[in-house]
Amino acid sequence: MQTLLQFTIDVLSLGGAYALMALGLVIVYGILKLVNFAYGELIMVAGYGLFLVNGSGLPWLVMAAVAVLIAVVTGVLTEYAAFRPVRAKSVTAVLITSFAFSTILQNAALLFISPRPRNVPLPDLFSQTVSFGGILIPARNLITIVASIGLLLLFAFLMKRTVLGIAMRAAATQFRMARMLGVPANLIISTAFAISGFFAGVVSLLWIGRIGSVTPGVGLEPLLVAFIATVIGGMRSLQGAVLGGFLLAFINTALNYLLTQDLLQFRDAFTFTLVILILLWRPEGLIRGPATGQRT
Amino acid sequence: MKPANILTLVILLGLVGLLVLVPQLVGSRVVERIATALAISLVLVVGLQTFTGNSGILSFAHIGFMGIGAYASAVLTIPVQMRGMALPDLYGVLAQIQVTPMVGILLGGVVAAVVAALVAYPLMRLSDAPAVITSFALLVVIYTVLQHWSAVTNGPRTLFGLPKATTLPLTAGIAAVVIVVALAFKESRTGLLLRASRDDERAAAAMGAGIPALRWQAFILSALIAGIGGALWGHFVTSFSPKAFYLKETFVILGMLVIGGMNTVSGAVIGTFLIALLFEGLRALETALNASGAFADQVVGVTEIVLALAMMAVMFLRPGGLFAATEIGPLILRRFTRRAPP
Repeated sequence: MQTLLQFTIDVLSLGGAYALMALGLVIVYGILKLVNFAYGELIMVAGYGLFLVNGSGLPWLVMAAVAVLIAVVTGVLTEYAAFRPVRAKSVTAVLITSFAFSTILQNAALLFISPRPRNVPLPDLFSQTVSFGGILIPARNLITIVASIGLLLLFAFLMKRTVLGIAMRAAATQFRMARMLGVPANLIISTAFAISGFFAGVVSLLWIGRIGSVTPGVGLEPLLVAFIATVIGGMRSLQGAVLGGFLLAFINTALNYLLTQDLLQFRDAFTFTLVILILLWRPEGLIRGPATGQRT
Repeated sequence: MKPANILTLVILLGLVGLLVLVPQLVGSRVVERIATALAISLVLVVGLQTFTGNSGILSFAHIGFMGIGAYASAVLTIPVQMRGMALPDLYGVLAQIQVTPMVGILLGGVVAAVVAALVAYPLMRLSDAPAVITSFALLVVIYTVLQHWSAVTNGPRTLFGLPKATTLPLTAGIAAVVIVVALAFKESRTGLLLRASRDDERAAAAMGAGIPALRWQAFILSALIAGIGGALWGHFVTSFSPKAFYLKETFVILGMLVIGGMNTVSGAVIGTFLIALLFEGLRALETALNASGAFADQVVGVTEIVLALAMMAVMFLRPGGLFAATEIGPLILRRFTRRAPP
């Protein structure tokens, strides 16, 4: 029973973080049908933002807000630098430019800050534990669960009830038609990147809160997680991204519990093999999303 | 064969010939090393072109197969008496076999091709972004396995003791063969069908092209070449760790292909030459900056930033790369005939 409770909380906290990572990627993919390889670097940038405001004496929540804001700005910047000039030309060109942009950000961090890990300020709450039902739970896991469920609900409300959300979903379904009906294309795309940056910023706080420090390569793992979660869940649907995130967390956590120490170091290989098997069964992903996937 | 294609072949092989000749004339060891490294990059980039160029699907897994080739050749060619030290936990059967580096390089390619054939079949059904993402995942899987399969790869630590067997003439010869194979594959029935599926997947499928099988063949060929390239590289540097076969190398190889133009073999070859020379220049600059002590900290990453900027600039101005659709031979012939009076 205790193991089950522990397992559930592990899956929910990891899954919440994974779902947010996947959503940030898929919000852009849904509209543009283009993958943002620089997504991981948004997470890194927010981490360095937190590192740079360290020691400014501001309350932690203000520092966190600054970090998230930096991620949002970088997200919009990615759109201008890597997507807008080429997005109408070819899919491969955008993959390359976003990959190149991610390399620039990473190497800029190497060059101007340091290749070594830098500690980031974290509130005491992140390192405390809560005793519940006979097991010890790190408070940061509970924070992750609460934050991710709250954000997912807020996001669902935004997408379902507001004009902006409806316009974004329309653009994701049939971009050309949406434009003809007066949805401003550039504004919607920039907004998608801003939301993507926002998710990256929040993920960064939760993710780096687990590790405690930031390195230039810190964005790679979240990027991979987001990739895999979206591919399992279905690249075109937002629900799919959330489902994929939780499923991937379930697989990862289950492997953590089941595998022996020798095999555990190969966990990523096992996970990705499972992903390949899922794709063999459903190449479109678990949830299909809107049928038309026309690119603009 | 059409005269235009012959001209392409002559020009590209001429470039490879120059690669062998120039170091001989200069007579410098450094130049020879740079030329050998360039020839290895040629093998890798042209190998990647056979899949990515013809199918239109960006593959990130290529460097993984390069790693498989390098490790396969290493396990088979490290002298038996040294192997106990380099790989103490190697399985009994493997520990006794020793082949010459030549055979090792070839087997490196074969092992990579077999792994590719087994893993890639389900992935070939995917197109567009999911295909690229899963190839990225495949790179991570291969990297994870290389880094943790201590018995065969010595784990994340450096594996040493490979016989030094990669010479400039050998590498350039293999590069020349690879260029011929890539051009022949592009013009073959499989290559033509594959290029049709690249330009319009639905139309090609409607005409009866079995796209997954076509892509699969190209992927195996590409992995074979990558494995050979990796083994050559292994016998060139003689000690390496799994870190060498990851994102940094992927970025460089991809940059060479994309700047040159991934749809043509000419683009792959010329892109490799341009970027390799640019890289050498920048690396020299970086070393000079560090040696001069102008900056308090080590200057790192400038090379990558410049390459990334160059890639973005090429994508903005010519999204298809320098040679977007036509090989260099037809391009020259066309200009020649246009200028001539009717």
